[in-house]
Parts: sequence; structure tokens; C-alpha cells
Amino acid sequence: MKRIYVNEKWCLGCHLCEYYCAYANSGKDSMVNALKGVAINPKIQVEEGNGINFAVSCRHCENPLCVKSCITGALTIEDGVISFNHDKCVGCYTCILSCPYGCIMPDSEGHAVQKCELCTKNACGEPACVSGCPNNAIVFEER
Amino acid sequence: MSKIVIIGNSAAAIGCVEGVRSVDKFSEILIISSEKYHTYSRPLISYLLYGKTDEQRMKYRPDSFYADNLVDVMLGKTVTAIDPKKHNVKLESGEVIGYDKLLIATGSSPFVPPMKGLDTVENKFTFMTLDDAHALGEAIKPDSKVLVIGAGLIGLKCVEGIADKVGQITVVDMADRILPSVLDAEGAQIVQESIEKHGVSFYLNDSTDEIFPDKAILKSGAEVEFDILVVAVGVRPNISLLKDVGGECGRAIKTNNKCETSVKDIYAAGDCTESYDITIGAERVLALLPNAYLQGEAAGVNMGGGEKTYDNAIPMNAMGMFGYHMITAGSYDGNVYTEREGENYKKLFYKNNRLMGYIMIGDIKRAGIYTALIKNQTPLDSIDFELIKRKPQLMAFSAEKRYADLAQSH
Repeated sequence: MKRIYVNEKWCLGCHLCEYYCAYANSGKDSMVNALKGVAINPKIQVEEGNGINFAVSCRHCENPLCVKSCITGALTIEDGVISFNHDKCVGCYTCILSCPYGCIMPDSEGHAVQKCELCTKNACGEPACVSGCPNNAIVFEER
Repeated sequence: MSKIVIIGNSAAAIGCVEGVRSVDKFSEILIISSEKYHTYSRPLISYLLYGKTDEQRMKYRPDSFYADNLVDVMLGKTVTAIDPKKHNVKLESGEVIGYDKLLIATGSSPFVPPMKGLDTVENKFTFMTLDDAHALGEAIKPDSKVLVIGAGLIGLKCVEGIADKVGQITVVDMADRILPSVLDAEGAQIVQESIEKHGVSFYLNDSTDEIFPDKAILKSGAEVEFDILVVAVGVRPNISLLKDVGGECGRAIKTNNKCETSVKDIYAAGDCTESYDITIGAERVLALLPNAYLQGEAAGVNMGGGEKTYDNAIPMNAMGMFGYHMITAGSYDGNVYTEREGENYKKLFYKNNRLMGYIMIGDIKRAGIYTALIKNQTPLDSIDFELIKRKPQLMAFSAEKRYADLAQSH
């Protein structure tokens, strides 16, 4: 299946992916409304240091420890996408304990978690971080 | 095609079903459970009282789970004996059911130690099952005075669940700190103080000397009034079914890394078993939902004719109390790296070039990166430990590892 992959050699560390992610998942109709004056909490995060930058988001593992560890059944595998049911989540953070890549985080309210669902549940349809990356450092493809 | 019987209906049992079905779509699967409910998540009973979930949402799998996975269920039925020679189990009702392969996923039961005067208490509860939660939920009133014996995970989650619905809560524990199996002394102190802000009182290093219907006299001499008593001092693995047929047990059922017990065609998984904890190099009971699922899944794959080992278990916990979160894993052994700033507290324990354990309180972001270091027994000299110490991050790994993680499918 198609997943998000990053090429750290091409990453500029511009953080645009984080802003596109936050906008895509905001439900707002313009980037200004979504982001102005807002402390964003994106589902993709850029790591930076010593001339190396790269973005990290859910790997959609074939053997997802988060799903297997979830105490509520809020995390499931749907056609290969690790999907999240906010309604079932109680915010115990066992998935944060379990994810080896650090790709699940508390949501902005802090009562539940959030994770990348490849923009399958918002208006984008295709991952917004990928289309917004100015240097093709993030791609969405089969590997 | 064979007949697989599962005793139990919680995380290990569900893991087993999903494990079997990942390799075998057709074998008959039967779940037999003493409880009458659709599979539900046991740790959610405190959230149920807290009002953060309800009985529908606390179902561990969707309503269609059994049908989707071609599983027959016998709910409200208790297995009383196993006959390994005849390959059958006997139920309380007298029914006898044959199996080709059997999974014991019977979990554990609350342990209620002998306490002087306990018999005189009318409103006493344990806190393990949905029925326990219902009973406690019905008993509490806005002016209830609740005494909780046990400051472990179960006792404290119970406290959180009812704190806003009762007048007074007092917690007593023999240990010198709260959450003794999860936190070190310093971390426990921090969390205790945050819980005390919610009006909860603690008596630690203490226990009941005598209990009366409306008060308890503690060993320290303190007197605690109560009208509701919750006993949450610990749990005992339910091992009698296997022990009765001579299966090897320690504190819990012994299994090999395929989740087989010492008795042919009988597997076991979850809180009724011991796991090999790689951080101490010994078997111990790791009564944790993620371990139960993973063990059950491995058992299921093997029962279904596939091959899967369950072999890198570690203790681990994620827990919140009134929105204040902590994540811990491994053993607290070796050199210590400490960070403490405001509400955030972090300790890493490392020795022999390995991360052995960690405690994160407050800021728990990306904790799983540390968990993976422990589980994978990553040599610390193969990563930038100084960097990862400060913050869990993939930057601390080699470019090759990052490539494998972020640019390849897995």
C-alpha cells in the first residue's frame, strides 16, 4: 500500500509539512483561519539538528504495536491504514508508550491522542504534508 | 481443521482469536467466559465511573467481532476442570466440551487478605470487573466517605474514577509510596502531591489494625472514618485449572516462548501467566493489557498452525491521574539520568550499554522511542545517547536506521 516516506537529504527543515498538516486537520476553509495565532499541534513533526532534518509521521506498520497495545480498541488497521477512533479513546497514552517511532501524540485538548491517518478522514484525500512539501522530501508511494 | 477452545474473553483471548485468524480462517473457535458481557476492556472500568466512556464504547472489539471472526461464544459459563487426556473441559453446568487446542486466558482475581474486622463491613468492594464497577457506582453518594486499601494502579484508578462523586477519599498502603510497582520514590512523591490536590488523603507505610463497620484503626494509631471500603491490595493469577492437572506453575502459569504450557495442546496467555522479563532476565507476572494481547496473539498463531514467539516482554505502564500523565517501562536498575523541571520529571536507568528502564511524568512525548530501546536491547554506543537522553528522538540513531525506519515499509 502507499505510505509516506521521507528523504532526509532533501528536507529543508522548513516545517511547512507541519503547517499543512495542521491546516488539513483543522476543518477550516483557509490556512489563515486555521493557523493564525494558533499554536499548532501537527501529526507530522520535523526533527532538526547538525545539518540534518527530516519529518516523522505514522509509519502505518504492518505489525502495529500501538494497535495491539491499545486498551480500548480505538486504534485499528483499516485497509493497511492505522486508523483512530476518537470516540473510543480515553487518553491513557498506552499507544504513546508503545510506538517505537514516537508518532502518536496527545491531541490539543489532552484528553485523547492523535495520529496521522494519511488524510483519509479530512477533505484533502491525499496527504497534505506531501503535496505541501516544496522539495519532494516527503512522498506518498508504494515501496 | 481443528477445534480451538479459549477460556476467557478479555485481551489475551481476543489476541488469540486474531492470532488464529491471521493464519487459519476456518478452524472452529469457541470462547467460554464466566462473565456475561461482550468482550470489554477491563482497565476502562475506572473511566466508566469517571464518565469518560460508557458500556458501548468500552467494548474492546466491535459488536460484530465474534461473527466477523467466526467465533462461537458461551458467556456466563464457567469452566471448572480440564481433562487433558480426553481433551475436554467441564463446565459448572455439567456440560463437557471437547477441544483440539485449548487456551487458558483466565486472568487474575482480586486478592483480599485477612483483615481483622473485615467481615463487619457491609459496603465492601473489589475493583476488577464491570460488575465490580456497577456495584461500586451504585453504592457511592455525594457524601460517601471511601476508604481504599491499596495505592497501586487499581486502587488509584478507582480513586480517580469516583473522586468527583464522593465526599471523602482516604488511601492506605503498606508500601512507603504510591504506585510502588511503577514509580520510584521521587516520582511517587510528585504524583502523590498532585493527587492530594484533588482532596485525596494518603496513609502510607501503614495498614489497618482493625476495621469496624464505620471506621478503621490503622497500625499507626490513626482513625479513618468510612462508609465504603474498596480493597485493592493486589491480584492473584487464576491458575487452578492448569495446576489441578499437574501443569507447571510458579506464581502463575509457566509457558514457553510459543505460549505452550507444560501440558500438551494447552496454551496460556495474559495475567494468569508468567512472562520472561528481559530487563531482569527472569520470569515474572506482567499483568498488563498490551502483554496479554501480544501473548494471546502469539498463542493464537501457534494454535492455528503458524509460528510466532513471544519473547521480548518488559514491564510497562501508561497511566494518568486527573490529567497528569506518567509513562514507565523496564527495570529501575543501573546508572541514573534525571531531569526535573516544573511538573515534568524524567529518569533513565542504564547499565551494560543498555537502557534498562525509564520513568516519564508530565511530559511523556515520544516515550515509545525509549520503550523500543529497552525492548530491542539497543547498544547505547550505537546511538547518540547524550542526545536521546534529553529528548526521545530518531535523530539519535544512525542514518541507516533512520532510512530503514522512515524510507522503507515495515
